[in-house]
Amino acid sequence: MNERTLSIGSTITLPKPELDLLMTDLHQRGYKTVGPVLRDESIVYSDLDEMRELPRGILTEQSPASYRLIQTNKERYFDFIPGSQSWKQFLFPPRETLFTGMKGETWHLEENDEPALHYALIGVRACELAAIHVQDKVFMRDDFTDPKYRSIRENLFILAVNCLHPNATCFCRSMGTGPKHSSDFDLCLTELEDTFLVQIGSDLGRSLLEGKRFDLASAFAQNQANEAMDQAAASIVRTLDTSDLAGLFTTALESNRWSEVAKRCLSCANCTQVCPTCFCWDVTDQMDLLGKSTRRERIWDSCFNPNYSYVVGGNTRPNIRSRYRQWLTHKLGTWSKQFGVQGCVGCGRCISWCPAGIDLTEEVAAIRAEVKE
Amino acid sequence: MTTTILDLPSQNSVNSKKLLFPAWAEIVQIIPEAEGVSTLHLRFIEPEVRERYRFEPGQFNMIYIPGYGEAAISLSSDIETSPGVLVHTIRHVGNVTRAAARLKMGDMVGVRGPFGTAWPLKSIEGMDVVIACGGIGLPPLRGVIYQIIRNRAKFGKVTLLYGARTPSDLMYPKEYETWKSANIEMSVTVDRGDDQWTGRVGVVPMWFYHFRVDSHNTAILTCGPEIMMRFVIYEALARRISPEHIFVSLERNMKCGQGACGHCQQGPYFICKDGPIFPFSALQGIFNVEEY
Repeated sequence: MNERTLSIGSTITLPKPELDLLMTDLHQRGYKTVGPVLRDESIVYSDLDEMRELPRGILTEQSPASYRLIQTNKERYFDFIPGSQSWKQFLFPPRETLFTGMKGETWHLEENDEPALHYALIGVRACELAAIHVQDKVFMRDDFTDPKYRSIRENLFILAVNCLHPNATCFCRSMGTGPKHSSDFDLCLTELEDTFLVQIGSDLGRSLLEGKRFDLASAFAQNQANEAMDQAAASIVRTLDTSDLAGLFTTALESNRWSEVAKRCLSCANCTQVCPTCFCWDVTDQMDLLGKSTRRERIWDSCFNPNYSYVVGGNTRPNIRSRYRQWLTHKLGTWSKQFGVQGCVGCGRCISWCPAGIDLTEEVAAIRAEVKE
Repeated sequence: MTTTILDLPSQNSVNSKKLLFPAWAEIVQIIPEAEGVSTLHLRFIEPEVRERYRFEPGQFNMIYIPGYGEAAISLSSDIETSPGVLVHTIRHVGNVTRAAARLKMGDMVGVRGPFGTAWPLKSIEGMDVVIACGGIGLPPLRGVIYQIIRNRAKFGKVTLLYGARTPSDLMYPKEYETWKSANIEMSVTVDRGDDQWTGRVGVVPMWFYHFRVDSHNTAILTCGPEIMMRFVIYEALARRISPEHIFVSLERNMKCGQGACGHCQQGPYFICKDGPIFPFSALQGIFNVEEY
């Protein structure tokens, strides 16, 4: 037991098994802990109640259209890069009921007022935290706030993790989002051989460490962590030139590259579904066969879906060229005009999970080269 | 490129704190307008909503039919003479709007709104006004016509260019006399005439070939098929009418009305909240990009 007082900004070392106690504490405080687990040869985000459910000794290897796991014997829990899923699914569920309707004399609507869960996110990477901040700007604007998003967001516990093994599809450095965390977490882990180096980011985070077997971080441990993080940052080779992207796309709306990429793009919408910032949604009515009751649902949509831009008399984006152009110019260009932040965080998911291996960093470079000519 | 867009009218909406939750309104009148087009008069059930709700011409509501979903329908009411009644002229062509065609007097629909920008009538006072619309583009301008009539002295020459496919597709024919007698010049054109048709046959923008406009003092309000608006804008610009004086109502797929669901984007804009009415000056480099 350690009685030394901790404060926000303090850094300690925590024996790895203590993470289990930390999760137990979170449960006792009413949090539902969710985090990375191994399923179907991928890392997914799911219920995570104990450390033994964490993917142990897993490394990942990614390239365009490829995500592979490598099993090692190491007692390490966060060496992988997350799979196709992001934390978006907890804050902005892929499918949720807004209200239900029952038909009597007239229709009666009932709001789905299930209380929002208090989630504790275990293992949030820097690019992913940046993505949550991007979605905050989308769902909690001055002129429109999504009440469901807000109620989940405001009750979030964030256990951040610094990335030590970035993959070939990562380009967080170009987007200024990682691989190292800077702020806005409750606790931030850097995984060392036998311990976690833990930085305290909030009062809640601090109070969770009370009664745990920790030591104030030694200079040696801190150096070790810093070295590992520097190495991680240096290992990121993929880049995206972000200078005046909005301006670039304004002049490149008729670029030949859109037709060229359209030959490879399947318009499958994978990129938008794995993207941690893509926010488009549709609403549908699920009526029973007798027409007596209906459920109004919000579901994820995608600008690659042909129905997305349907208006009476046709489709305003009738082909893959126009849909890919919309996705890329929005994500990297007009997004910042709409929300004051860049829409891409450089996590690389859209590259790894594109079945055709389309790489947006390559597309941007090609468009830049064409415009320069 | 200037990106000044119109301010949202100060408004009082149905204003549910619940996400996408509509207020109920009862159908108090149904007027068949043309083949596949009818006008519904709606009245909010809750007196409190009826009291609070205000809108300006050009704005739209999301109309909800349980089991079918929502459709964005512009308001075509005259804001002064029909307090508490929402007038929606609906073309029955989609899933929701076809269901709307089967509704009867006394049936209820859900309403969210009003959404979007309005025709900026205050800013064009003192000017000649050319209203150029086609097909279902007239209803969003009907409220403007009545506002102009009520303040007729504040505007110069007012011309309504209206095009429809056939004479039987013309909407609100009984009101034309009222409009004309309020000194609104009407130029109606159809794609195909019938036995009785003695008016023009052709397309809306052709009007510009035959009449002069005061370049520095004319405002254009246009709503209709994009191809029609494109040529109206082309003709207006060719006559040196300022892009700031050309107002365009755009249509895109809309689901939320609040710039949240993403569907109605065109360039940097969410048409549902930054539009649907834009000064053309804000659309340069956007409007003419094919399939954008």
